[in-house]
Amino acid sequence: MRRVLSILLLLVLVVGISLSLAKIPFGVTKTKVGRHYVDQGVRETGATNIVTSVVLSYRGFDTLGEVTVLFISAVGLGAVLTGAAIGKKRKVRAASVILTTGCRLLFPLILTFGTYIFVHGHLTPGGGFQGGAIIASGFLLVYLGCRERRINRTASSVTESLGGLLFVIIGLLGITLGGYFLSNFLPKGVPNALLSAGIIPIIYIAIGFKVGSELASIIDNLIEES
Amino acid sequence: MILVSFLILVMLIGAVAACIFKDLLAAVIAAALVSLIAAILFYMLQAPDVAMAEAAIGAALTAAIFVIAIRRTKRYEE
Repeated sequence: MRRVLSILLLLVLVVGISLSLAKIPFGVTKTKVGRHYVDQGVRETGATNIVTSVVLSYRGFDTLGEVTVLFISAVGLGAVLTGAAIGKKRKVRAASVILTTGCRLLFPLILTFGTYIFVHGHLTPGGGFQGGAIIASGFLLVYLGCRERRINRTASSVTESLGGLLFVIIGLLGITLGGYFLSNFLPKGVPNALLSAGIIPIIYIAIGFKVGSELASIIDNLIEES
Repeated sequence: MILVSFLILVMLIGAVAACIFKDLLAAVIAAALVSLIAAILFYMLQAPDVAMAEAAIGAALTAAIFVIAIRRTKRYEE
């Protein structure tokens, strides 16, 4: 009896879902908002990278939530791991000459590339999250190649906090100057110029510093404390 | 088109290998290979920003975190 009922329920679900899905045409743009972003995004936000204009201008509040999630996960990892290795002093075997030399040569280049990615986030593909991840992978290379070097924890946590604070302060300035949270109160400038798109490059630079220091401190916590 | 099919095939082999390897270090490298090919595919499908995030986080940072975890625990699965 129960089996028959469940099969009946399943049939009703299948028929209902397939009937409602059959009404939706495939391959046709159903919403107007995507078309609007593509057509008017450059004019309304000043950013030639449409992904950035959606991420930081039309959906800026979502991005603040994402940054908060990353912050909470880094804080949670630090809280779990801090003090796990108190008193343990491991001997660090030095890396080979090839690894050390490669690390010394590549580390500044990786930092420069990551900075380029998040400074040009409103012009070319990429942005704060990608640039921050690239910078963190540079710090990972330091942990592999130059093993006696460590990142300064105070500096990384201060950078992280300042990046988050700058994001929120710009959002609050938007309320006072533009009327709503994260409104673009600076002049938009000429599209394709480095100093254009108002607050978007400033926020992306803040996010780049924040994500880079957060991911680097996650790696530092894992290597040092576990 | 042939290149895309080949990459997807290698990606599938890597994914299956990551599941069945008993040596966990090899499994992590196979998983990183899947991420790397996913990044190349994202780039070929004209999503370069997603490709950058995938290459930096999926192939580099996640693999490093798994390797650190393996170094602190056991390398071989029973």
